[in-house]
Amino acid sequence: MGEQLAERPIGGDPFLVGGRKFASRLITGTGGAANLEILERALVASGTSLTTVAMRRIDATTGTGVLDLLRRLGIEILPNTAGCRTAAEAVLTARLGREALETDLVKLEVVADERTLLPDPIELLDAAEQLVDAGFTVLPYTNDDPVLARKLEVVGCAAVMPLGSPIGTGLGIRNPHNIAMIVEQAGVPVVLDAGIGTASEAAQAMELGCDAVLLATAVTRAADPERMAHAMKLAVEAGHAARHAGRIPRRYWAQASSPAVESD
Amino acid sequence: MKIRINGSVHELPHPATVADALDAIDAPARGVAVALDGEVVRRADWKSTELHEGAAVEVLTAVQGG
Repeated sequence: MGEQLAERPIGGDPFLVGGRKFASRLITGTGGAANLEILERALVASGTSLTTVAMRRIDATTGTGVLDLLRRLGIEILPNTAGCRTAAEAVLTARLGREALETDLVKLEVVADERTLLPDPIELLDAAEQLVDAGFTVLPYTNDDPVLARKLEVVGCAAVMPLGSPIGTGLGIRNPHNIAMIVEQAGVPVVLDAGIGTASEAAQAMELGCDAVLLATAVTRAADPERMAHAMKLAVEAGHAARHAGRIPRRYWAQASSPAVESD
Repeated sequence: MKIRINGSVHELPHPATVADALDAIDAPARGVAVALDGEVVRRADWKSTELHEGAAVEVLTAVQGG
Protein backbone atom coordinates (compact mmCIF):
# COMPACT_ATOMS: atom_id res chain seq x y z
CA MET A 1 0.00 0.00 0.00
CA GLY A 2 2.91 2.36 0.74
CA GLU A 3 3.79 2.73 -2.95
CA GLN A 4 0.28 3.91 -3.79
CA LEU A 5 0.36 6.48 -1.02
CA ALA A 6 3.46 8.17 -2.33
CA GLU A 7 1.77 8.83 -5.67
CA ARG A 8 -1.16 10.65 -4.13
CA PRO A 9 -1.02 14.41 -3.86
CA ILE A 10 -1.89 16.00 -0.56
CA GLY A 11 -5.46 17.23 -0.55
CA GLY A 12 -8.09 16.47 -3.13
CA ASP A 13 -7.24 14.04 -5.87
CA PRO A 14 -10.24 13.63 -8.16
CA PHE A 15 -12.73 10.78 -7.98
CA LEU A 16 -12.55 8.71 -11.16
CA VAL A 17 -15.46 6.50 -12.18
CA GLY A 18 -16.61 5.15 -15.53
CA GLY A 19 -14.07 7.24 -17.42
CA ARG A 20 -15.27 10.44 -15.76
CA LYS A 21 -13.50 12.67 -13.28
CA PHE A 22 -15.23 14.40 -10.36
CA ALA A 23 -13.63 17.01 -8.14
CA SER A 24 -15.68 15.94 -5.11
CA ARG A 25 -15.88 12.51 -3.46
CA LEU A 26 -19.25 13.34 -1.97
CA ILE A 27 -22.19 12.27 -4.12
CA THR A 28 -25.46 13.72 -2.91
CA GLY A 29 -29.08 12.78 -3.31
CA THR A 30 -31.88 15.29 -3.72
CA GLY A 31 -34.63 13.38 -1.91
CA GLY A 32 -36.10 14.75 1.28
CA ALA A 33 -35.26 18.43 0.88
CA ALA A 34 -38.11 20.68 2.02
CA ASN A 35 -37.79 22.92 -1.03
CA LEU A 36 -35.43 23.80 -3.88
CA GLU A 37 -33.94 26.80 -2.10
CA ILE A 38 -32.83 24.69 0.85
CA LEU A 39 -31.60 22.02 -1.54
CA GLU A 40 -29.55 24.56 -3.47
CA ARG A 41 -27.81 25.86 -0.36
CA ALA A 42 -27.06 22.32 0.78
CA LEU A 43 -25.69 21.26 -2.61
CA VAL A 44 -23.41 24.29 -2.78
CA ALA A 45 -22.18 23.74 0.79
CA SER A 46 -21.51 20.04 0.08
CA GLY A 47 -19.21 20.87 -2.84
CA THR A 48 -20.68 17.89 -4.70
CA SER A 49 -20.12 17.40 -8.42
CA LEU A 50 -22.52 14.46 -8.92
CA THR A 51 -26.11 14.27 -7.67
CA THR A 52 -28.93 11.76 -7.99
CA VAL A 53 -32.47 12.32 -9.22
CA ALA A 54 -35.39 9.91 -9.49
CA MET A 55 -37.61 9.32 -12.55
CA ARG A 56 -41.35 9.74 -12.07
CA ARG A 57 -44.50 10.30 -14.14
CA ILE A 58 -44.74 13.95 -15.08
CA ASP A 59 -47.75 15.89 -13.84
CA ALA A 60 -48.82 19.48 -13.44
CA THR A 61 -47.02 19.78 -10.11
CA THR A 62 -43.77 18.01 -11.07
CA GLY A 63 -42.03 20.73 -13.06
CA THR A 64 -38.36 20.43 -13.99
CA GLY A 65 -37.04 22.57 -11.14
CA VAL A 66 -34.51 20.08 -9.82
CA LEU A 67 -32.97 19.61 -13.28
CA ASP A 68 -32.77 23.34 -13.88
CA LEU A 69 -31.10 23.72 -10.49
CA LEU A 70 -28.47 21.04 -11.10
CA ARG A 71 -27.69 22.40 -14.55
CA ARG A 72 -27.35 25.92 -13.19
CA LEU A 73 -24.96 24.70 -10.49
CA GLY A 74 -22.94 22.69 -13.02
CA ILE A 75 -23.53 19.45 -11.12
CA GLU A 76 -23.57 16.24 -13.17
CA ILE A 77 -26.89 14.38 -12.96
CA LEU A 78 -27.05 10.75 -11.86
CA PRO A 79 -30.49 9.28 -12.57
CA ASN A 80 -31.49 6.42 -10.30
CA THR A 81 -34.00 3.60 -10.51
CA ALA A 82 -35.51 4.23 -7.07
CA GLY A 83 -38.77 2.45 -6.49
CA CYS A 84 -38.03 -0.47 -8.83
CA ARG A 85 -38.60 -3.98 -7.48
CA THR A 86 -37.66 -6.10 -10.49
CA ALA A 87 -34.86 -6.16 -13.04
CA ALA A 88 -37.36 -5.44 -15.83
CA GLU A 89 -38.69 -2.31 -14.08
CA ALA A 90 -35.18 -1.09 -13.33
CA VAL A 91 -33.97 -1.60 -16.89
CA LEU A 92 -36.94 0.33 -18.31
CA THR A 93 -36.50 3.14 -15.77
CA ALA A 94 -32.78 3.35 -16.55
CA ARG A 95 -33.52 3.56 -20.27
CA LEU A 96 -36.03 6.36 -19.63
CA GLY A 97 -33.49 8.18 -17.48
CA ARG A 98 -30.89 7.96 -20.22
CA GLU A 99 -33.35 9.27 -22.77
CA ALA A 100 -34.61 12.13 -20.60
CA LEU A 101 -31.27 13.25 -19.19
CA GLU A 102 -28.88 12.32 -21.99
CA THR A 103 -26.47 10.44 -19.77
CA ASP A 104 -25.37 6.81 -19.69
CA LEU A 105 -24.72 7.00 -15.94
CA VAL A 106 -27.25 5.18 -13.79
CA LYS A 107 -27.48 4.53 -10.08
CA LEU A 108 -29.09 1.11 -10.16
CA GLU A 109 -31.45 0.40 -7.28
CA VAL A 110 -33.63 -2.70 -7.12
CA VAL A 111 -35.09 -3.04 -3.66
CA ALA A 112 -36.86 -6.06 -2.23
CA ASP A 113 -39.52 -4.43 -0.03
CA GLU A 114 -40.61 -1.10 1.43
CA ARG A 115 -39.89 -2.02 5.02
CA THR A 116 -36.15 -2.63 4.62
CA LEU A 117 -35.46 -1.06 1.21
CA LEU A 118 -32.63 -3.59 1.01
CA PRO A 119 -31.37 -4.49 -2.45
CA ASP A 120 -32.77 -7.66 -4.01
CA PRO A 121 -29.46 -9.28 -4.99
CA ILE A 122 -30.87 -11.56 -7.69
CA GLU A 123 -32.84 -8.87 -9.50
CA LEU A 124 -29.96 -6.41 -9.02
CA LEU A 125 -27.37 -8.62 -10.66
CA ASP A 126 -29.72 -9.43 -13.53
CA ALA A 127 -30.48 -5.74 -14.13
CA ALA A 128 -26.81 -4.79 -13.86
CA GLU A 129 -25.84 -7.30 -16.52
CA GLN A 130 -28.57 -6.13 -18.91
CA LEU A 131 -27.67 -2.46 -18.45
CA VAL A 132 -23.95 -3.02 -18.91
CA ASP A 133 -24.76 -4.89 -22.14
CA ALA A 134 -26.92 -1.92 -23.22
CA GLY A 135 -23.96 0.44 -22.81
CA PHE A 136 -24.78 2.02 -19.46
CA THR A 137 -22.22 3.09 -16.87
CA VAL A 138 -23.77 1.19 -13.99
CA LEU A 139 -23.32 2.23 -10.36
CA PRO A 140 -25.26 -0.36 -8.35
CA TYR A 141 -26.61 0.21 -4.84
CA THR A 142 -25.80 -3.11 -3.21
CA ASN A 143 -25.77 -4.97 0.07
CA ASP A 144 -22.60 -4.91 2.17
CA ASP A 145 -21.84 -8.35 0.75
CA PRO A 146 -18.33 -8.87 -0.64
CA VAL A 147 -19.49 -11.77 -2.83
CA LEU A 148 -22.29 -9.79 -4.49
CA ALA A 149 -19.96 -6.82 -4.92
CA ARG A 150 -17.49 -9.06 -6.72
CA LYS A 151 -20.19 -10.44 -8.99
CA LEU A 152 -21.40 -6.94 -9.86
CA GLU A 153 -17.86 -6.02 -10.81
CA VAL A 154 -17.51 -9.19 -12.91
CA VAL A 155 -20.60 -8.32 -15.00
CA GLY A 156 -19.06 -4.94 -15.75
CA CYS A 157 -20.36 -2.39 -13.26
CA ALA A 158 -18.27 0.80 -13.15
CA ALA A 159 -18.39 0.94 -9.33
CA VAL A 160 -19.99 -0.89 -6.43
CA MET A 161 -22.03 1.03 -3.86
CA PRO A 162 -22.54 -1.00 -0.68
CA LEU A 163 -24.86 0.25 2.02
CA GLY A 164 -23.65 1.14 5.49
CA SER A 165 -27.12 0.43 6.87
CA PRO A 166 -30.65 0.61 5.39
CA ILE A 167 -31.68 3.74 3.47
CA GLY A 168 -32.71 6.64 5.65
CA THR A 169 -31.90 4.95 8.97
CA GLY A 170 -28.84 7.01 9.88
CA LEU A 171 -27.44 3.92 11.62
CA GLY A 172 -23.99 4.41 10.11
CA ILE A 173 -21.77 1.55 9.00
CA ARG A 174 -23.07 -1.60 10.70
CA ASN A 175 -20.47 -3.94 9.28
CA PRO A 176 -17.20 -2.08 8.74
CA HIS A 177 -15.32 -5.31 8.19
CA ASN A 178 -17.51 -6.19 5.20
CA ILE A 179 -16.92 -2.74 3.73
CA ALA A 180 -13.17 -3.22 4.25
CA MET A 181 -13.30 -6.60 2.51
CA ILE A 182 -15.23 -5.10 -0.43
CA VAL A 183 -12.62 -2.33 -0.72
CA GLU A 184 -9.74 -4.79 -0.46
CA GLN A 185 -10.89 -6.94 -3.38
CA ALA A 186 -12.51 -4.33 -5.62
CA GLY A 187 -10.96 -3.33 -8.92
CA VAL A 188 -13.57 -0.60 -9.39
CA PRO A 189 -14.39 2.37 -7.13
CA VAL A 190 -16.33 1.63 -3.95
CA VAL A 191 -18.95 4.17 -2.89
CA LEU A 192 -20.51 3.89 0.56
CA ASP A 193 -24.19 4.42 -0.18
CA ALA A 194 -26.96 4.67 2.41
CA GLY A 195 -27.13 4.70 6.18
CA ILE A 196 -24.86 7.65 6.94
CA GLY A 197 -26.27 9.76 9.77
CA THR A 198 -23.50 12.15 10.69
CA ALA A 199 -20.06 13.34 9.68
CA SER A 200 -17.95 10.83 11.62
CA GLU A 201 -19.63 8.00 9.69
CA ALA A 202 -18.80 9.60 6.35
CA ALA A 203 -15.20 9.97 7.51
CA GLN A 204 -15.20 6.34 8.66
CA ALA A 205 -16.32 5.18 5.21
CA MET A 206 -13.39 6.99 3.63
CA GLU A 207 -10.97 5.70 6.27
CA LEU A 208 -12.14 2.18 5.41
CA GLY A 209 -10.93 2.90 1.90
CA CYS A 210 -14.11 3.83 0.09
CA ASP A 211 -13.52 6.10 -2.90
CA ALA A 212 -16.62 8.21 -2.28
CA VAL A 213 -19.71 8.53 -0.13
CA LEU A 214 -23.29 8.91 -1.37
CA LEU A 215 -25.82 10.37 1.03
CA ALA A 216 -29.08 12.28 0.97
CA THR A 217 -31.24 12.01 4.07
CA ALA A 218 -28.42 12.83 6.48
CA VAL A 219 -28.23 16.27 4.88
CA THR A 220 -31.71 16.97 3.55
CA ARG A 221 -33.49 15.99 6.78
CA ALA A 222 -30.93 17.52 9.15
CA ALA A 223 -32.19 20.48 11.16
CA ASP A 224 -29.74 22.66 9.23
CA PRO A 225 -29.12 20.97 5.86
CA GLU A 226 -26.61 23.56 4.65
CA ARG A 227 -24.45 23.19 7.75
CA MET A 228 -24.62 19.39 7.68
CA ALA A 229 -23.71 19.42 3.97
CA HIS A 230 -20.60 21.41 4.84
CA ALA A 231 -19.80 18.99 7.66
CA MET A 232 -20.09 16.05 5.26
CA LYS A 233 -17.77 17.75 2.76
CA LEU A 234 -15.13 18.18 5.44
CA ALA A 235 -15.66 14.63 6.75
CA VAL A 236 -15.20 13.04 3.34
CA GLU A 237 -12.06 15.07 2.70
CA ALA A 238 -10.68 14.32 6.16
CA GLY A 239 -11.42 10.60 5.93
CA HIS A 240 -9.85 10.36 2.50
CA ALA A 241 -6.72 12.21 3.59
CA ALA A 242 -6.43 10.09 6.75
CA ARG A 243 -6.79 6.85 4.80
CA HIS A 244 -3.94 7.80 2.53
CA ALA A 245 -1.78 9.35 5.24
CA GLY A 246 -1.10 5.90 6.70
CA ARG A 247 -2.46 5.73 10.22
CA ILE A 248 -0.40 4.45 13.15
CA PRO A 249 -0.82 0.85 14.22
CA ARG A 250 -3.06 0.19 17.20
CA ARG A 251 -1.09 -0.78 20.35
CA TYR A 252 -2.20 -2.39 23.55
CA TRP A 253 0.14 -0.39 25.83
CA ALA A 254 1.09 3.25 25.87
CA GLN A 255 4.06 4.46 23.89
CA ALA A 256 5.59 7.78 24.95
CA SER A 257 5.73 10.40 22.23
CA SER A 258 8.48 12.33 24.06
CA PRO A 259 12.01 11.00 24.38
CA ALA A 260 12.66 9.10 27.60
CA VAL A 261 14.27 11.08 30.42
CA GLU A 262 17.94 10.16 30.68
CA SER A 263 19.03 8.74 33.99
CA ASP A 264 22.55 7.79 35.06
CA MET B 1 -58.98 7.90 -30.63
CA LYS B 2 -58.59 7.16 -26.95
CA ILE B 3 -55.17 6.60 -25.43
CA ARG B 4 -53.86 6.55 -21.88
CA ILE B 5 -51.19 9.04 -20.84
CA ASN B 6 -49.72 8.32 -17.40
CA GLY B 7 -52.83 6.35 -16.56
CA SER B 8 -55.41 8.98 -17.61
CA VAL B 9 -57.56 8.62 -20.70
CA HIS B 10 -57.07 11.28 -23.39
CA GLU B 11 -58.99 11.75 -26.63
CA LEU B 12 -56.71 12.59 -29.57
CA PRO B 13 -57.57 13.13 -33.25
CA HIS B 14 -56.60 10.19 -35.47
CA PRO B 15 -53.84 9.70 -36.52
CA ALA B 16 -51.78 10.82 -33.53
CA THR B 17 -48.11 10.47 -32.72
CA VAL B 18 -46.08 10.39 -29.52
CA ALA B 19 -45.35 14.09 -30.09
CA ASP B 20 -49.10 14.80 -30.14
CA ALA B 21 -49.51 12.96 -26.82
CA LEU B 22 -46.78 15.12 -25.29
CA ASP B 23 -48.51 18.27 -26.57
CA ALA B 24 -51.77 17.06 -25.02
CA ILE B 25 -50.25 17.22 -21.55
CA ASP B 26 -48.03 20.28 -22.20
CA ALA B 27 -44.87 18.30 -21.50
CA PRO B 28 -41.69 20.38 -21.41
CA ALA B 29 -39.33 20.02 -24.36
CA ARG B 30 -36.33 18.93 -22.28
CA GLY B 31 -35.80 16.46 -19.50
CA VAL B 32 -38.60 14.03 -20.35
CA ALA B 33 -38.66 10.49 -21.68
CA VAL B 34 -41.47 8.45 -23.18
CA ALA B 35 -42.42 4.78 -23.07
CA LEU B 36 -45.09 3.45 -25.41
CA ASP B 37 -46.61 0.15 -24.25
CA GLY B 38 -43.56 -0.43 -22.05
CA GLU B 39 -40.89 0.34 -24.67
CA VAL B 40 -38.80 3.50 -24.74
CA VAL B 41 -39.42 5.75 -27.74
CA ARG B 42 -36.32 7.76 -28.59
CA ARG B 43 -36.72 11.50 -28.82
CA ALA B 44 -35.81 11.41 -32.51
CA ASP B 45 -38.78 9.11 -33.15
CA TRP B 46 -41.48 11.03 -31.27
CA LYS B 47 -42.91 12.73 -34.38
CA SER B 48 -42.90 9.59 -36.50
CA THR B 49 -44.22 7.06 -33.97
CA GLU B 50 -47.97 6.67 -34.41
CA LEU B 51 -50.23 5.72 -31.54
CA HIS B 52 -52.88 3.06 -31.74
CA GLU B 53 -56.29 2.99 -30.07
CA GLY B 54 -55.79 2.17 -26.39
CA ALA B 55 -52.04 2.89 -26.47
CA ALA B 56 -50.41 3.31 -23.05
CA VAL B 57 -48.05 6.27 -23.03
CA GLU B 58 -45.86 6.94 -20.01
CA VAL B 59 -44.11 10.32 -19.75
CA LEU B 60 -41.43 10.60 -17.11
CA THR B 61 -39.18 13.34 -15.86
CA ALA B 62 -36.57 13.76 -13.15
CA VAL B 63 -37.73 14.63 -9.64
CA GLN B 64 -35.97 14.97 -6.30
CA GLY B 65 -35.02 11.54 -5.09
CA GLY B 66 -32.31 9.14 -4.05
